[in-house]
Amino acid sequence: MSTYSLEHKKYIKKLRREKIIVTFFRFLIIVIFLVGWELLAQWKITNTFLSSSPSRVISTTIGLIRDGSLFHHIGITLYEVGISFMIATLIGILVASILWRMPILARILDPYLTILNSLPKVALGPLIIIWVGASMNSIIFMSLLISAFITIINIYNGFLATDQSYITLLRSFHATKWQIFKKVIFPSNYTTIINALKINISMNLIGVIMGELLVSKSGLGYLIMYGSQVFNIDLVITGVVILGIISYLMYFIVDKLEVFVANKRS
Amino acid sequence: MKNKLLHIKNLSKTYHSKKTEVEAIKDINLDIYDKEFISIVGPSGCGKSTILSILSGLEEKSNGTFSFQKDVTIGYMLQNDSLFFWRNILDNCLIGLEVTGQLTEESKAYVISLLKTYGLGDFMEQYPSSLSGGMRQRVALIRTLALKPDILLLDEPMSALDYQSRLAISDDIYNIIKKEGKTAIMVTHDIAEAISMSDRIVVLSKRPSVVKKIYDIHLTNKSTPIHNRKCKEFSEYYDKIWRDLDVHL
Ligand SMILES: Nc1ncnc2c1ncn2[C@@H]1O[C@H](COP(=O)(O)OP(=O)(O)OP(=O)(O)O)[C@@H](O)[C@H]1O
Ligand SMILES: [Mg+2]
Repeated sequence: MSTYSLEHKKYIKKLRREKIIVTFFRFLIIVIFLVGWELLAQWKITNTFLSSSPSRVISTTIGLIRDGSLFHHIGITLYEVGISFMIATLIGILVASILWRMPILARILDPYLTILNSLPKVALGPLIIIWVGASMNSIIFMSLLISAFITIINIYNGFLATDQSYITLLRSFHATKWQIFKKVIFPSNYTTIINALKINISMNLIGVIMGELLVSKSGLGYLIMYGSQVFNIDLVITGVVILGIISYLMYFIVDKLEVFVANKRS
Repeated sequence: MKNKLLHIKNLSKTYHSKKTEVEAIKDINLDIYDKEFISIVGPSGCGKSTILSILSGLEEKSNGTFSFQKDVTIGYMLQNDSLFFWRNILDNCLIGLEVTGQLTEESKAYVISLLKTYGLGDFMEQYPSSLSGGMRQRVALIRTLALKPDILLLDEPMSALDYQSRLAISDDIYNIIKKEGKTAIMVTHDIAEAISMSDRIVVLSKRPSVVKKIYDIHLTNKSTPIHNRKCKEFSEYYDKIWRDLDVHL
């Protein structure tokens, strides 16, 4: 192992140097941003009443943690995202499978799926509130509307793009449609499905926050909305920052999950 | 004396598509006997694959008949190896048994013994991406043999390989088929390959194709395909079949 050539060592060194540079500048950007923001506020160049400051965001966060409401709101939002993610995933895989099994049905529904997918779902917000009521249900419904169609379409297109020769092979063994689905269509599309779920989860977060902005009494969207109603900009910005952190963490987890699944399969 | 396994009479097939219809094969007559190695050659697009697809049940015939001797089973080795990238080599070879509900400890042991006999014992747990083209072809053959078919249908089994591996693999495949005592119908566009491997060669005409000629191949000192290429009758057959195919350059 230790007998790498000089060239290889140089190459490794170069890789390491690049990684250090990238990490350094990543931190530099956030530090400059935070310090600049703080200083501008301290020097009264900006109005903290309108643009807050990092220290005020931190103290607001601590306040929210103290009275226990922070984790309550995060919990509610994550719960709503989780529920709608599971339902949307289930619907996506199920409907995509049915469409694959019944090509005629797929052809009939094709224009409707396209319309429903491209329609900006926010426009339906007021209708949803009237139909479903101002409750958590309408938030989940909103989130589902936003994520389900794109999930169906992505998974279904993956199914359609399955290598035809795999299917011919199974047909040469006189396989049933169900066997073809179970042994080829589904397993050959793991990557497609994981990718669809990756898009799905960010869609769910968007949908949930949109729903919370419209109707709710708790959740991060509510926190932001409430902050703006009482003109507490500290609260609004704290809400946005926490939302940013959460969406990054969610992306991070899904990404790691993908690598984990990919490793297990090769 | 000879045991007839398959009888094909006036077989024809017309493909229909929205714009047009294509008469692929018109009038195919052929008998296949036990333990024979038959090659089908013909101009490209003349319907060679179509014949195999019909025999294997992948396509419906349009007219004519074909009948197998009773209890004769067939295995189809497609042109493309189609190994599943998400399954290891052993599991790839078991897919046919799984689908046909014949997977037992016994049939699995048989597949493992095939893999071991044909030099793939150390690769059973590996995934297809780590195998060479020739090895993949052998895996595809074993996947077909797993179901213990009496007749093997081979559609250009070596066409995806480079020349060197083709020669080596045609020896391998030939030996496996002979050793397992199978009957084989192989489609190829390589005349030399056909002569070196076959007992009989069926030459098809241009589309819509009929059987133009059937050659019984008699080689002095016949042994394995690579050696057969050196037999003195080889070039004579080659010239005749070349002329039959009537390739205009
Ligand atoms: N599913 C199909 N639908 C319509 N036409 C088809 C279909 N399959 C094959 N054909 C046509 O039938 C003819 C014979 O096809 P086939 O694949 O059997 O020929 P082949 O001799 O195997 O050709 P190649 O040498 O290219 O492998 C071709 O003209 C082809 O275009
Ligand atoms: Mg062909």
